[in-house]
Amino acid sequence: MLKKNSPWLGLGFRLLAVVLALAFTTLILVLTGAQPFDAYTNIISGSLGSVEKISDTLVAWVPLLLATSGLLVTFTAGLWNIGVEGQITLGAIFTTFVLRSLGDSGLPPALIIALAIVAGALGGALWAAVVGWLKIYGGVSEIFGGLGLNFVATAFTLFLIFGPWKRPGVASMSGTAPFPPELWLPMVGNLRLSLWSLGLAVLGIIVIYLVLNGTYFGLRLKAVGKNGRAAFLMGIPTARYLMSSFLICGAFAGLTGAMQVTAVYHNLIPSISSGYGFLGVMVGMLVNFQAAWAAPVSFFFAALNIGSIQLPIVLHLDSTLSGVLQGALVLFVLIVDGVRRRLTEKS
Amino acid sequence: MKVELSHIQKRFGKVHANNDITLTVPAGTIQGILGENGAGKSTLMKILSGFYSADEGTILLDDKPVKITSPADAVAQGIGMLHQDPLDFPPMRVIDNFLIGRKNASFFPDRKRALAALHDLQQQFDFAIDPETYVDSLTVGERQQLEILRLLWLGARVLILDEPTTGISAIQKEKLFATLKKLVEQGMTVLFVSHKLEEVEGLCGRVAVMQRGRLVGETRPPYLTAELVQMMFGKVVQPDARVNAGTPEIALKISNLEIEDFRLQIRDVSVELHRGEVIGLAGMEGSGQRQFLRTLGGLTRPVGGEIRLEEKNLAGKPYKNFMNSGIAYMPAARLEEGLIPGLSLTEHFTLCEEQSGFFVDKSKAHALTSGRIQDYTIRGVPESRIEALSGGNQQRALLALLRTPLHLLLMEHPTRGLDIESTIWIWAKLKERCKQGTSIVFISSDLDEVIRYSDRILVFFGGRVSQPVNSAATNAEQLGQLIGGKGW
Repeated sequence: MLKKNSPWLGLGFRLLAVVLALAFTTLILVLTGAQPFDAYTNIISGSLGSVEKISDTLVAWVPLLLATSGLLVTFTAGLWNIGVEGQITLGAIFTTFVLRSLGDSGLPPALIIALAIVAGALGGALWAAVVGWLKIYGGVSEIFGGLGLNFVATAFTLFLIFGPWKRPGVASMSGTAPFPPELWLPMVGNLRLSLWSLGLAVLGIIVIYLVLNGTYFGLRLKAVGKNGRAAFLMGIPTARYLMSSFLICGAFAGLTGAMQVTAVYHNLIPSISSGYGFLGVMVGMLVNFQAAWAAPVSFFFAALNIGSIQLPIVLHLDSTLSGVLQGALVLFVLIVDGVRRRLTEKS
Repeated sequence: MKVELSHIQKRFGKVHANNDITLTVPAGTIQGILGENGAGKSTLMKILSGFYSADEGTILLDDKPVKITSPADAVAQGIGMLHQDPLDFPPMRVIDNFLIGRKNASFFPDRKRALAALHDLQQQFDFAIDPETYVDSLTVGERQQLEILRLLWLGARVLILDEPTTGISAIQKEKLFATLKKLVEQGMTVLFVSHKLEEVEGLCGRVAVMQRGRLVGETRPPYLTAELVQMMFGKVVQPDARVNAGTPEIALKISNLEIEDFRLQIRDVSVELHRGEVIGLAGMEGSGQRQFLRTLGGLTRPVGGEIRLEEKNLAGKPYKNFMNSGIAYMPAARLEEGLIPGLSLTEHFTLCEEQSGFFVDKSKAHALTSGRIQDYTIRGVPESRIEALSGGNQQRALLALLRTPLHLLLMEHPTRGLDIESTIWIWAKLKERCKQGTSIVFISSDLDEVIRYSDRILVFFGGRVSQPVNSAATNAEQLGQLIGGKGW
């Protein structure tokens, strides 16, 4: 007989989901006439094959982990913060604003960067606060509010890049004028990786883990997410907790944007969020909103993204294969979870 | 239709919910199914109505073995079930609810025919529900009536009612019973599930008693109450003697309180509540008791008047102020408003305790929870998720979650759906609190409960509130008159 809630059983079903997702992706590859084995070895060597590759994977891991960390908070509060993409964008815009405004002020560059990062967190939190305000006081679902604000954020970025912040001479889709290297976060050797942003992301997930699993705040947030009415009757100020979760998630999203500007692109580009927000939503669902699993799973997703860049070059396959695999993974985990629940409840 | 259940077995994990149950119900009878909470009555009925499938055993309808695969299948075979909480769609109109579930209906529903059918059925049973009104504006009793009509229209010949009298008024109950009697005269079969002896004795032509998953006996009238109780519990249960813990000290002073909502107005209520006193609120559902109770709890803002607790006027203040002044509110809907499905008992107790520090001390929380589980004899462990507990244990958990000390405890239907044993236990616990100085105000649709456990009673009728009635000097008849609007 199947035992309910056994951790090994849960792990077994998760592994089954991974196997199924791989089988599904393999099927797609076979159907398109590609060599699945070659594709997978290329993804692995393309993401972990050398120091540079590992560094690139870590560069992708930082924004994904930061966004996922924030989303775990809103997920715990029972919210689908789809607006995370816009919040990342606003973080990047605020950071860019501070760097542009203070770049020639003569202040020490380290201070300017620090201020810019704080501004990024504020920008993301502000954008999330709008969603939260609409949700709590206007009765607008955070999904629709967030989605709408994502479009506004994108439009605003384009306006800035082609308007007030355009490059000297001609505006371009490649973004605003790059910042001087002293306004970049320090890199490791000649790699693209910054230990500062890596450290921030790791610190972030640890803090989120501790807050969600060990504090009164985390427990109350969980209560609000699972049953707001009962939580209110128990004396938890639900509106304040919902708003806090938006603000925290927004701040993390803003930090994500700030890292992309200060450590990766060194300017503001049109699609600065690069879809890491939505990917974070997928990671959150995949780990069933458990902070402990967020770091390894988001690393895996980052590796998939980086590894699949190889595919068009080496195998003339489309690099969206990683997206197929990631999507299949989430779907199969959800399906297998449903199957498991059916089986355990029957027995 | 004749219904036969033969050697039905059903297990949920370790729980043997139905153990070898064999029962025959001839057509044209009201069969009572009696038993305390958790005896397996609902499980058996859900097997018959297609919600669950039995692990073993067969079901025969009119001597033919049948397989019932889903509730829709059950309805198609003529079995309809009325659930404890009406399974309808509150934001939709009555007529749309009536139409839903119709099989082989055309793409565009024939509303005209449905309206006519609803009208005919309503006339037959003397119901008066407006087809165009929204279900969320109906009382529980009316929603029940609608559900009965819908099932009849779908062709049900066997009607299962699971605890149908919880939450409906005495008048609606009489009407329901009259309807059921009319239905069996027409050859229908009714299975009436209840733990209320009086109702079963008054209504049913036969009674089967369940205890711990087994069918322990079948009887016919005349019923011997003592015998039924003996079968239900395996022993004789006696409620405790009346306890009056009230003191002359005034705990809460309500003066000229005025409450308004879209349905009714309550005007000019002035009552003084003593320390340790229990006040019962009686009346038909929707007469204003709930609004009154919610106002005392700070969940509804009164339009006028004062609620004074120790010289502080709380009227118009937010809920938090009420709570911090030592007023607690226990809602009737346990899993919707009182508890948080998905959280463990430990997490519940941690949430309701005073916060100490930023981080939760998990070993301390675990110890506290284990202690409360013992004190309140909750069947569960600290890690148990709240939704995995039975209704009676959830109610015990709710009680255990209340803070101490408490000035005022407000409760909606504190023992709704619980068996006699749990009810007696819970009231013993509540009276203990009264001795410590807590005053209690509670709503109940069970008049006996109101009379037995209150010191004074307020009767509500259409938003009017009676003078406090001394419960020792009144009886069910006198109160019944007031509830029905006579003698005001």
